[in-house]
Amino acid sequence: MEYFVQQLINGVTLGSIYGLIAIGYTMVYGIIGMINFAHGDVFMVGAFISLIVITALGFTASTGIGLIILALILVLVCAMVISSVYGWTLERMAYRPLRGSFRLAPLITAIGVSIVLQNYIQIAQGARVKPLQPIISGGYTIMSRVDENGEFLVQISNIQIAIIVVTLALMGVFSLIIAKTSLGRAQRACEQDQKMASLLGINVDRTISTTFVMGAALAAVAGLMFLLYYGVIDFFIGFIAGVKAFTAAVLGGIGSLPGAMLGGLVIGLIETFWSAYFSVEYKDVAAFAMLAIVLIFLPQGLLGKPEVEKV
Amino acid sequence: MSGAIQQTGADGGVSPAHLLKDLAVTAFLAAAIFGTTLGFKTTTAVGGLTIEPNLMLGGGSILVVVVVRLALWLTLWRKPVNERQPMISDDLKKSVTATMAPFGKFFLPSMLIIALIWPFLPFTDRYILDLSILILTYVMLGWGLNIVVGLAGLLDLGYVAFYAVGAYSYALLAQYFGLSFWICLPLAGVLAAFWGIILGFPVLRLRGDYLAIVTLAFGEIIRVVLLNWYQFTGGPDGLSGIPRPTFFGLEFKRFGEGTFAEFFGLEFSSMHRIIFLYFLILILAIVTNIVTNRLRRLPIGRAWEALREDEIACRSLGLNTTLVKLSAFAIGAMFAGFAGSFFATRQGFISPESFTFIESALILAIVVLGGMGSQIGVVIASIFLIGGFEVFREAEQFRMLIFGLAMVVIMVWRPRGLISSRVPSVFLKKRKAVSSDMVAQGEGH
Repeated sequence: MEYFVQQLINGVTLGSIYGLIAIGYTMVYGIIGMINFAHGDVFMVGAFISLIVITALGFTASTGIGLIILALILVLVCAMVISSVYGWTLERMAYRPLRGSFRLAPLITAIGVSIVLQNYIQIAQGARVKPLQPIISGGYTIMSRVDENGEFLVQISNIQIAIIVVTLALMGVFSLIIAKTSLGRAQRACEQDQKMASLLGINVDRTISTTFVMGAALAAVAGLMFLLYYGVIDFFIGFIAGVKAFTAAVLGGIGSLPGAMLGGLVIGLIETFWSAYFSVEYKDVAAFAMLAIVLIFLPQGLLGKPEVEKV
Repeated sequence: MSGAIQQTGADGGVSPAHLLKDLAVTAFLAAAIFGTTLGFKTTTAVGGLTIEPNLMLGGGSILVVVVVRLALWLTLWRKPVNERQPMISDDLKKSVTATMAPFGKFFLPSMLIIALIWPFLPFTDRYILDLSILILTYVMLGWGLNIVVGLAGLLDLGYVAFYAVGAYSYALLAQYFGLSFWICLPLAGVLAAFWGIILGFPVLRLRGDYLAIVTLAFGEIIRVVLLNWYQFTGGPDGLSGIPRPTFFGLEFKRFGEGTFAEFFGLEFSSMHRIIFLYFLILILAIVTNIVTNRLRRLPIGRAWEALREDEIACRSLGLNTTLVKLSAFAIGAMFAGFAGSFFATRQGFISPESFTFIESALILAIVVLGGMGSQIGVVIASIFLIGGFEVFREAEQFRMLIFGLAMVVIMVWRPRGLISSRVPSVFLKKRKAVSSDMVAQGEGH
């Protein structure tokens, strides 16, 4: 039981990170119907920017707690802004010229961009893994059990709390943006019918750019969290995280924001429980197999709208 | 950076104020993109990470971007968008097409003849021949994937899985049962096709991008299984000592009974085996091409293309779409299986390293860059990509970067691929090529 609760906490933490990346996939797919294959690499860039800023600021776990929080907010803002610039530029240079072209073309450029980003970071920052000293340490013991095998503690660390809280807060903020603001209305309008939206005076290009910027900013948050949680990054983390997050987006029902979050949680939980109870080696297989099973029986995903076939 | 809003000044060029603003934005973008990552390098040192500022590199990259953009404003972008001259005028295009037309008829036969005499040309050495074998392997894979993506319109991002199945089938059959290459080749194809059906059956009900992502997932699953099933597949160590192919039972080795060189009374040369491998893959590739071309004229091939054009129409005309899709999947997979067992016998060693997603992406890029559904496009794209990849072998580090950039640039330049015409398999009165814009891409993507 205690072991189960511990894995549940770990799974939710991992799922939050996947969910944040998945939102970027789902928003872009919803609005222009393309798989932004380079999104995972924007997440990786976000993690690297965070690493650079953290190292440049030079704070460690021994710095006062108030200063750490301030510094981390600064790191977060830097990472979000710079990753947004990446996202905006990618859309402008690699995807916008191909809008209205056939659907495979942007997918191929996205794969190309993904290769470019990975290798660019590899050249610029080196191929070796980057370890970071833990910055947020400590945690709470919420359950404990003593038996003949010794003591087993269920712990939730401060970083896990931070990840879950920040994710929830961002989810709330972004749901509000989509639901209430004029920008969100414009995005939903473009999602339904771009031509009609532009006839009604919505700047479709700008709306799509904003979508990419928002996705990239969320990916940067996920990147910072990944860096703080695992403490090790390299230039290749974007690929597998990206594929898992896309899986999460599809699982939750692509185009749906709560779906992306739910899908992320499901994928994170499956992966954690599979590693905990069966085998670590096959955790990716479990996540992907789950995707295939869900899609076969529920092709529109958990929260997606059924696709209407038009003639 | 951006194809910014056009704002013309009195002289038809841009106004200085607008230009300055544009350059400032460019500088900001460049600073965010290059200034951060190039300018500050994190390095692992004793006691944690340190940062190595390289302001020369960071600042320099910003400067380069700004100067390039300024130069573009002053030259190419002087005129507003609608008044700009196209880079290549239509007249030139027409005259080039007109002069090239007579060569078109001889192009394919001459390519074939060149391919046949290629190993015997004076400048062909071991290196060039090895490269040609590699290119031909990708041509074959591209043609195989073209059946799935180009003809049936199903986007398959996990094609490399079948390549892996073919390679491991041969390696394992040879290891456990001692079967020879010539028995394993068809078996590998059959096994790959079988896996194509197994994987295809559940996923082919899916539409569009869902299919793409599930095939990608299956590709990864197969790779992870190969990587972790240590007792059977050797895990990350791979399988080595895969037997070399024989020429009707004649082996390519220096000593011993019944060698190729002895039988034909030739001096032993290690080139014999390479030339043999070259012709082997050439024949395999040509077989793929001929089979595809024949299939296109059979009912099944017509059904594939009809499916790509309009799935609903297909269903309403009574086609069993599941069967049609499965057959495309299986036949595409079969050719990947053949190519895989060739790969195994050529390398003599295989490991899951060779079957990563990037390989699938490369094959798909070859098909799409060449022009989906175009057979000759695949050849040109293979030579271009794989050959170009080799040219930059010196610049080891920058090779993948350049490769990725090339993919983006070619795609933006020609979204429908390098070959922009298609030859329909059904025609009224006269056979003629149509523009690729007339061809649908299928619901598979």
